[in-house]
Amino acid sequence: MIFSRLRALLGPAAVDRDPDNLPRVTADSTDALALVCRLAHDESWTIRVEGLRTWLPPDAPADLAVSTRGLDEVVSVSPADLVATVQAGASMDAVRRRLAEESMWLAVDPPGRPDRTLGSVIATGTSGPLRLGFGPIRDHVLGCTVVTGDGRTVHAGGRVVKNVAGYDLTKLHVGGFGGFGIVTEAHLRLRALPRADVTLLSRGGRDNQSAVARDLLDAGINPAALELISPSLAGESEWVLAARFLGVEAGVQAEVHRLPAETGAIWTQLAPDRTADFWTGLARGSLNGSVTFRLGVLPGGIDDALDLLGRELDTGVVSAGAASGSIRWTGDAGVDRLRGVRRSCAAREIPLTLERAPWSVRHALGHFGAYREGVGQLVGRLRNTFDPRQCLKVALEGSEK
Amino acid sequence: MKPSLAEGLRRIVGPRWVRDRKAELATYRMDGLPTHESEPGIVVIPGSRSEVVEILRLLHLLQIPFVARGAGTGLSGGALAESDAVLLTLTRMNRILRVDRRARRAVIQPGVVNARLSEAVAPLGLQYVPDPSSQAACTVGGNVAENAGGPHCLKYGVTTNHVVELEVVLPDASMVRIGSPQGEAWGPDLVGLFVGSEGMFGVATEITVRLETIPSAVRTLLADFPSVRSASEAVSAVIASGIVPAALEMMDQACVQAVEASIYAAGYPTDAAAVLLVELDGTAAEVDAESALVEAMLRDHAARSIRSASSPTDRARLWQGRKKAFGAMGRIAPDLAVQDAVVPRSALPDILDQVGEIRRRYGLSISNVFHAGDGNLHPNISFDRRDTGLAARVREASRAIMEACVAAGGSITGEHGVGNDKMGYMPWIFDAETLGAMQAVRRVFDPQERCNPGKVLPERACREWRAVPESRRAGP
Repeated sequence: MIFSRLRALLGPAAVDRDPDNLPRVTADSTDALALVCRLAHDESWTIRVEGLRTWLPPDAPADLAVSTRGLDEVVSVSPADLVATVQAGASMDAVRRRLAEESMWLAVDPPGRPDRTLGSVIATGTSGPLRLGFGPIRDHVLGCTVVTGDGRTVHAGGRVVKNVAGYDLTKLHVGGFGGFGIVTEAHLRLRALPRADVTLLSRGGRDNQSAVARDLLDAGINPAALELISPSLAGESEWVLAARFLGVEAGVQAEVHRLPAETGAIWTQLAPDRTADFWTGLARGSLNGSVTFRLGVLPGGIDDALDLLGRELDTGVVSAGAASGSIRWTGDAGVDRLRGVRRSCAAREIPLTLERAPWSVRHALGHFGAYREGVGQLVGRLRNTFDPRQCLKVALEGSEK
Repeated sequence: MKPSLAEGLRRIVGPRWVRDRKAELATYRMDGLPTHESEPGIVVIPGSRSEVVEILRLLHLLQIPFVARGAGTGLSGGALAESDAVLLTLTRMNRILRVDRRARRAVIQPGVVNARLSEAVAPLGLQYVPDPSSQAACTVGGNVAENAGGPHCLKYGVTTNHVVELEVVLPDASMVRIGSPQGEAWGPDLVGLFVGSEGMFGVATEITVRLETIPSAVRTLLADFPSVRSASEAVSAVIASGIVPAALEMMDQACVQAVEASIYAAGYPTDAAAVLLVELDGTAAEVDAESALVEAMLRDHAARSIRSASSPTDRARLWQGRKKAFGAMGRIAPDLAVQDAVVPRSALPDILDQVGEIRRRYGLSISNVFHAGDGNLHPNISFDRRDTGLAARVREASRAIMEACVAAGGSITGEHGVGNDKMGYMPWIFDAETLGAMQAVRRVFDPQERCNPGKVLPERACREWRAVPESRRAGP
């Protein structure tokens, strides 16, 4: 019934069945997606959203699926303004290639495969090692178009790099995991491609590498990324500290030359043609397990947080921003152990955000948890505003408190 | 205002901190924008978070609207209160509570003056980057409400990029802590939503900000140009080169002449059509390399001369004219309407031509001093508000400037906010559904719309969003 209603609404070409035999709509416009959400709202059907299925498993129990893969256009690129408008279903790699034609880039390196969609990156509010130099994805999204759970279309923010007109609704959708609507298009802040891009690696025990990172920062050296990488993620026998420098050639070289003396460590520079592979390999490493979460710790607390992970889970696939304090863990763990980790983190005032997991885990734990007093109520009211009948099947909070 | 309210407020904060006499209220009749005024019913000046909570509890009980205010330097009429409302002035809550050097965080009260925070953490080698021109007077609480910017936001981002955690008292007097010192939220990005909400979601009583290391090298370049267009094109060239200066500011001839005729004279060439200030920071090698490249680009775009300064004293002198430009304009006329709009950077040359045309059409004195690197314009209109005909022309010219910026794909405000000055322009850039979404979000925080009422959202232009009753929701 749902299948035929959707076909009647958008035409047969736009509706198929996904591998679970669920009616799936591939919308080719924001308007089409809004029509689907409106119908689902009227009928109280539940919706699960998917992009290119590279990150979050499309496994939430729902009445229908909506795919953004038809919304894959780079709508406009303005080199002079360093701004681009991109649809949510475009892959990060396609965006990268298109921008590189104009000598520009989006300065983010999120976890996952290169063909992960922009919408997925925005919805999870994620960021990779470059968060240190360029901020998380929230700092790169100037505005977005969102379809709400009841089929309204909201145009948040704008296309200019500085804008305080109205409330900043964009922030709610970046990192909202789709709980407040489906992002269909975003205006992005770009940068010109850096003239020099140099990565150096230093290997050793974890405590030692952590100390090297501290020495580097204390010396006033400012890499764009400074990542402490576990042996299994690095594919090496020891921990790797990776420092990435971006900028003008002379500036980058001066920083690179200071490294050995300031840190007392041995650094090896990656060959230029290996740099991109190294960082994309690191991003892909976050798929080596069924669960990925991130922790936000203050830089001084990284060692303690890594110890905690080692005790309660394992120090498998871990990447830690030595200066940004953002730690990402990937592995296989069940609900009980993950709940235990979240509880231990909360006791240390460390938020744990579940970025990727099977539905059973997401449903039980929620992407977020351990809300502070009053926050849960606000989030609940916001969800009720943007998805009044809870048609969007998103486990923002866990089912078990 | 009912006497019982004044008595209730006096019981909470003590008689000294409640103002209700005519002469006292007149102080609060305006903010930094000379085109709007209104007098609050009563002013209360709490000294602590618990006093704020008690005040909001009383106002909730009596169902009285209120407006939070910092130093009153805002430029959109956002901190004005009507006679039926209580004005909550937060300038007594001005303590820096904690500074964590290693984590580069400071926890402060909302009434801390912006520049004082940077001064306080400078001995630790740290700074608070957002630096609005009013930084010597404006409060960080006000900066949070407006999502304030400043010259150095080009490289480092505006207020929202520097606030990581907030303690907020909601209009029903309940308290909530949003964000985290780490910057990774315990849930959706409510801090991002709150910053820039123009005081309409609640009152921030504690603010945790990110501090940055003071760069080891800084160089300021001052270049002058034979035309505004060549200066604008130089800006585009620098931005497109991949170098992100810490600041990239432009002043036109009218502005330069006003500065040079004032006590703030900084030695800017008064015959230049436009002057650019470019600041580069980072390591010494980085600054050397970048400034050589930038200087070459400026010359390629017809810069007549370039002065360069690296010592703090010399740099301060180059900056003085920019920082004091608004003060210098006080010599020209008693009032100054500082406008604020944003255009895509590539549209700068055309927009500045149009501002010149608007100046001629309305017979006004307009000078431009602005954040060119962001495309954030500040056309400043000098006038005397006692001349009602002139004041009307100022309003019409402001509107025409906004129209031109919106037509160029820009925004009606880059850092000053909408307040009650620009509500009428909101439908130019947001459709009814989006305005309705904003109104609905506001009601999540403030269901009765008592918190800074009558600002930002033009009620009639907002499509109504209605909540659906619990019983009609989809199943689990």
